Amino acid sequence: MEQILKAKAINKKFGDVYACNNLSIELYTGEVVGIVGESGSGKSTLLNCLSGSLVPDGGNITYLDRDNNWLDLLSLPEPRKRNLLRTEWAFVHQNPRDGLRMAVSAGGNIGERLMAIGYRNYSQIRAEATEWIEKVEIDAIRLDDKPSIFSGGMQQRLQIAKNLITKPRLIFMDEPTGGLDVSVQARLLDLIRSLVRELGLSVIIVTHDLAVARFMANRLIVMKNGKIVETGLTDQVLDDPQHSYTQLLVSSILKV
Amino acid sequence: MSNSEEDFNFAYLDEQTKRMIRRALIKAICIPGYQVPFASREMPMPYGWGTGGVQVTAACLQETDVLKVIDQGSDDTTNAVSIRKFFERVTGVKTTENTGKASVIQTRHRIPEQVLSEDQILVYQVPIPEPLRFLEPRETETRVMHALEEYGLMHVKLYEDISINGEISTAYAYPVKVNDRYIMDPSPTPKFDNPKMNFCSAIQLFGAGREQRIYAVPPYTKVISLDFEDYPFEASRAEKTCEICGATNTYLDEVVIDDKGTRMFSCSDSDYCNSQKS
Repeated sequence: MEQILKAKAINKKFGDVYACNNLSIELYTGEVVGIVGESGSGKSTLLNCLSGSLVPDGGNITYLDRDNNWLDLLSLPEPRKRNLLRTEWAFVHQNPRDGLRMAVSAGGNIGERLMAIGYRNYSQIRAEATEWIEKVEIDAIRLDDKPSIFSGGMQQRLQIAKNLITKPRLIFMDEPTGGLDVSVQARLLDLIRSLVRELGLSVIIVTHDLAVARFMANRLIVMKNGKIVETGLTDQVLDDPQHSYTQLLVSSILKV
Repeated sequence: MSNSEEDFNFAYLDEQTKRMIRRALIKAICIPGYQVPFASREMPMPYGWGTGGVQVTAACLQETDVLKVIDQGSDDTTNAVSIRKFFERVTGVKTTENTGKASVIQTRHRIPEQVLSEDQILVYQVPIPEPLRFLEPRETETRVMHALEEYGLMHVKLYEDISINGEISTAYAYPVKVNDRYIMDPSPTPKFDNPKMNFCSAIQLFGAGREQRIYAVPPYTKVISLDFEDYPFEASRAEKTCEICGATNTYLDEVVIDDKGTRMFSCSDSDYCNSQKS
């Protein structure tokens, strides 16, 4: 397997506080990496730096595009960066309202990326939107409904369909199941996992829920106070945590 | 005061304002469809009455100009009458209702039926210059989208139209692409008028006073209405005949004429209608 994203020595400070302190991570194609840690540990900041929505104070990030060129993301021109975000990348927000246009129908939301890359045939856009809304297990008759009348779980699935329609290669997920009840969460995770396998996607998923991490991730990065304290295969980190903070995290999981 | 200075200050605006607006107009002409910010002044009329159009007209007017003002196609509606009177009083220029005789035409919501010529200027009053406004409320974001030519969102609007109504139901302020580059809101003109903008001989200037934007379409510029391959643009009109002049190819107003709800259709362009009648 080859690498798709490399980040070296990422620094990001808010005032005097390091949100990311000298972080390096690598992502391989087809791999799911989980970033776990408590609130305020810098997980989301790291994700935002990697996906280009925040500019880190230092470090460098490179990405291997479809044509096998390594792109330096921090010096990449803005148009190319936004083009990447629309085509090869996807970002699934914790709150679907951040990723969806609530006043636009489900079909319009799913079709937006297609129209952005130049699709100008209504029937074709409609057909692909129908295919994708079914793929995320929403009934196709809801295609013309606004997401504002969807349930939380459906909104989240709609957001995933919207993001995956252009067949991205790299997905950033920020707590994709936050705020959903456990049965909806389980189905959503199942759906994401099968799509990831089917499409061979590379994923970076940020979560504070170790159960989600265990279910989704091949590899785990544990963060605390802006630093990586432990990293390794998911099962290895969760079954045999080495760092005291990871041990604390694992032992704090509530048992049913 | 010398004569030349008086010439420069002709038409209501002070010298600095006139210079500033003319600069914005030149820039707008150079970049067809691009919204040029300008320091819109207060005009002696409320926002929404055409303060942008009035400033652009005042910046263009010279003593030899003949001015025509129309509102919804008509020369004798309130907005048209008050703006025409305003310019008669503050500049003394000749005014006309005859489209062919006018050198500057200020318009609200219509393009005259008569084909315009190279020595004419058409000034539009624009309420909302940003075509992406209702899809993306952040001005910072829409400016970036214009800069990077990211116009997929505009088609989302048309997609919504078709999915809800089975056709592109946007009937006015129908978005156009100017010179293969910028997407522009042609002000709330009916989409029937959109084809008239394409390779128009006259200069088309757009002024939005409250929003402080000026944009323009130079003569003989490509102006294409957006659409889908399988839902092409249609310049729709009511399928009726004007009951005053009998025209079958003009944009019509539907007017309720009594308490029983009787309706009649007549040309919205009153000057064209009169010329056909006689």
